[in-house]
Amino acid sequence: MSILLDVKNLKVDLPTENGMLHAVRGIDFQVRKGEMLCLVGESGCGKSMTSLALMGLLPRKAQCSADHILFDGADLNTMSERQRMQLRGKRMSMIFQEPMTSLNPAYTLGNQLCEAMLQQSGVTRGEARERALYLLHRTGISNAEDRLRQYPHQLSGGLRQRVMIAMSLMCSPDLIIADEPTTALDVTIQAQILRMIRELQQEFGTAVIFITHDLGVVSRIADRVAVMYAGQVVETSGVAQLFAQPRHPYTRGLLNCIPVRGKTLPGSRLQAIPGVVPSLVGKVSGCAFRNRCTLADSGCEQDPPMVQQGSPGLPHEARCFKLDVPVSAMEVAA
Amino acid sequence: MNISLKPRPPLDDIALELCALSKVYPLKRGLFQAPGELKAVDDVSLRLYRGETLGLVGESGCGKSTLAKMLLGLLAPTSGNVLINGQEVDPTERRAHARHIQPIFQDPYSSLNPRKTVGEIVGLPLKLHGIGNAAERNGQVRHILDLVGMPERTHTQYPNQLSGGQRQRVAIARALILRPDILICDEPTSALDVSVQAQILNLLLDLKAEFGLTYLFISHDLGVVEHLVDRVAVMNKGSIVELASREQLFSDPQHPYTRMLLASALTPDPGLGIPALAAAA
Repeated sequence: MSILLDVKNLKVDLPTENGMLHAVRGIDFQVRKGEMLCLVGESGCGKSMTSLALMGLLPRKAQCSADHILFDGADLNTMSERQRMQLRGKRMSMIFQEPMTSLNPAYTLGNQLCEAMLQQSGVTRGEARERALYLLHRTGISNAEDRLRQYPHQLSGGLRQRVMIAMSLMCSPDLIIADEPTTALDVTIQAQILRMIRELQQEFGTAVIFITHDLGVVSRIADRVAVMYAGQVVETSGVAQLFAQPRHPYTRGLLNCIPVRGKTLPGSRLQAIPGVVPSLVGKVSGCAFRNRCTLADSGCEQDPPMVQQGSPGLPHEARCFKLDVPVSAMEVAA
Repeated sequence: MNISLKPRPPLDDIALELCALSKVYPLKRGLFQAPGELKAVDDVSLRLYRGETLGLVGESGCGKSTLAKMLLGLLAPTSGNVLINGQEVDPTERRAHARHIQPIFQDPYSSLNPRKTVGEIVGLPLKLHGIGNAAERNGQVRHILDLVGMPERTHTQYPNQLSGGQRQRVAIARALILRPDILICDEPTSALDVSVQAQILNLLLDLKAEFGLTYLFISHDLGVVEHLVDRVAVMNKGSIVELASREQLFSDPQHPYTRMLLASALTPDPGLGIPALAAAA
């Protein structure tokens, strides 16, 4: 499959009172046409900043640099704001976490749904309305005609998120960035929305960067996964491979510390990852995970390289010096 | 609802009993319509046996937090009773109540006073209850903070200098300092990262073994519930729809709502896909 988005050495720095916060520290990844890439990591790992950088929606004081961010061959990094505006909403769109705050309370849903599409030349109100009705119907919203006249406060959280998804699909974009779209929802609603996202994504052939911290969600929805830790991508792989043979010690630790039916004995101690995520303020060097890693030694003070493995069609990369150490050694050490 | 409850002899094995507990909120409708009722908690009867962990699961708005507030004496029930160690709770005796039952809340960011140090926060219950002198209180605070894994240097820090996991440890220390029998854990790990969640769950398991605590563990995360609890109560729209042992509930759920909850839990199993649920949920 051809590459839709190619990100090389993306960095985002945020000035804070205590010094420069290196939120994203030189990440590379690719998104192929029509695939679901999950960016997974804990809070503060830089996954949301990455998505905002791709959309060009970073806070004004943030400093962003990259070797290139090629979107369908055009470099977003060197584009003017006007050119990027042409892409946003049309060829790439975003679904935010909070369906409560990401809709404008002062406008009707119809108004907000049609807004981006009406920016395009040659689109009539009727066509936009037609498209909105179709997508509301497809996202499982009943009485679509009435909904167009309603305001966001008249809808439940699940319905608002469905409207956000419909809105992101209005202009048939090539890429949708979904930032924790189901985190604020109940589990039963989450399952329905995830299923709907997956079905529409496959039907329309849209590529999706799905950002989440929930490994259960990742395992069910992703084609490929990029695991982030402390502003870097530490492992990328196909989803089946990642869960069957995680290579980076952080990924292994994450998978070990969630209780799973049939694997973890109820009431037993869980294999927690000791310590906390390091601060990214000031100079950060070496492997960021070394303070919490049972395999780390003095060699880990150097910056670890991204090590390629797997087949060319299905590469499996991890950023670690200790990839040859068998998994069992890590568990004994823990 | 009028339920007459005669004083009972103390039962050794029941730590906490809820008898037909209800909380009803009046709903204002139009000017010419009779006011409606919202039954947040509807006739719930439950027993917590000493030393067990009872899980309470359900979706947002099902009444589980309202129930927790009534157990803690923070909210007066519309009808029904709460019995701690077989004794009815006197609403004017919040202090005696607090000696037996303490909460751990979901959000460690808003449940700690930002203007007090860790030591002051944890020592406050002792002060309020007039236990010991300053030196003794200090010793107890240090001991309990040590137990929950807070290093000495953090005792003089303020909550905003701590990580989420550390704050939750402080909340646990504060809950334990009066040596209660029962802890109400209201989603204690849902605001934490996965890697930190495991640390806190391990701590709760250790403390339970050490102090012989009884937990009411409220959560929507079925994986965590299955790991931690002995029995599970499933709550939907204010009522308990199913109550069973862990083994039974997870292997053979009876109520349709429980089945739907179990089906929608996404365990890390690539290849299983996303379950199709009835949209009428």
